[in-house]
Amino acid sequence: MTSLRTLTLAALCALAAAGTSQAADTTAAQQLAHWSEQAGSPGNADKGKVFFNTRHGGEWSCASCHGTPPTAQGKHASTGKPIAPLAPAFNPKAFTDTAKVDKWFRRNCNDVLSRDCTAVEKADVLAYLNALKP
Amino acid sequence: MKKPVPLHPAALAAAACALALLSLTSAHADSGRAMPRNVPNAYTQECAACHTAYPPGLLPAASWNRVMTGLGKHYGTDASLDAATVRQLNQWLQDHAGTYKRVNEEPPEDRITRSAWFERKHRKIEPAAWKLASVKSAANCAACHTGADQGQFDEHNLRMPAGLDARSRRAWND
Repeated sequence: MTSLRTLTLAALCALAAAGTSQAADTTAAQQLAHWSEQAGSPGNADKGKVFFNTRHGGEWSCASCHGTPPTAQGKHASTGKPIAPLAPAFNPKAFTDTAKVDKWFRRNCNDVLSRDCTAVEKADVLAYLNALKP
Repeated sequence: MKKPVPLHPAALAAAACALALLSLTSAHADSGRAMPRNVPNAYTQECAACHTAYPPGLLPAASWNRVMTGLGKHYGTDASLDAATVRQLNQWLQDHAGTYKRVNEEPPEDRITRSAWFERKHRKIEPAAWKLASVKSAANCAACHTGADQGQFDEHNLRMPAGLDARSRRAWND
């Protein structure tokens, strides 16, 4: 009985936690529109593809961890940890949480380019990712 | 006898949740290598997004503190986080850091994998095994320890990584 109650509690807590962890306040299409607006021009998928697959002076490209094309599970380049597919058509959770999008752009651009990405670069990458279809 | 005040089910659930969590956070300060039961959501979301959710008992408090104050340069990557999350996670890591004898010493570069006990436990692993595509790094505990994310590192939760050569496979059970 006690264990059943504990289980129920754990389930409730897990539900509550899951509810707060998925913000779902944006979409990949909205992100593309947002960064295109910031850039002052629409994202370019071809430029985004080149950007994604190119190393920018450092050891890694975006593709080093996300794979190319990033339509399947990727693998962290140093730890080997699996990474969910980045292309939205292959991962419904991709680009659905603004805070998460901003956080990973900040970290990963710093890892790959040793600087922040520009709005133009973000718009291009999103155009490329959003164009990838099954 | 006082009549009980009717409570909204959601309020009840929230209270129960808080109570349950409270009882969990009062767990032992040092859980050894097992994962404490009160793992913060942020630990799973932030830390375990890139690597094994290392049990806090695998490093001493001073090492965790250095790790958490240097996330902008975290073993070759930018793992920076907002200040509030860093504070929350560092507090939890401090509360559950290793204090027992073998984890008491701070390993070089605050790397779990450079700890004397880690090297001793893995001394029979051939250097080539660490470089397998299925392993990649000694930080990838789950390549062999299937229960790593739950802090289970005993020999019952072991699997052979793909691509291991015949000699190492024969030596696996030694």
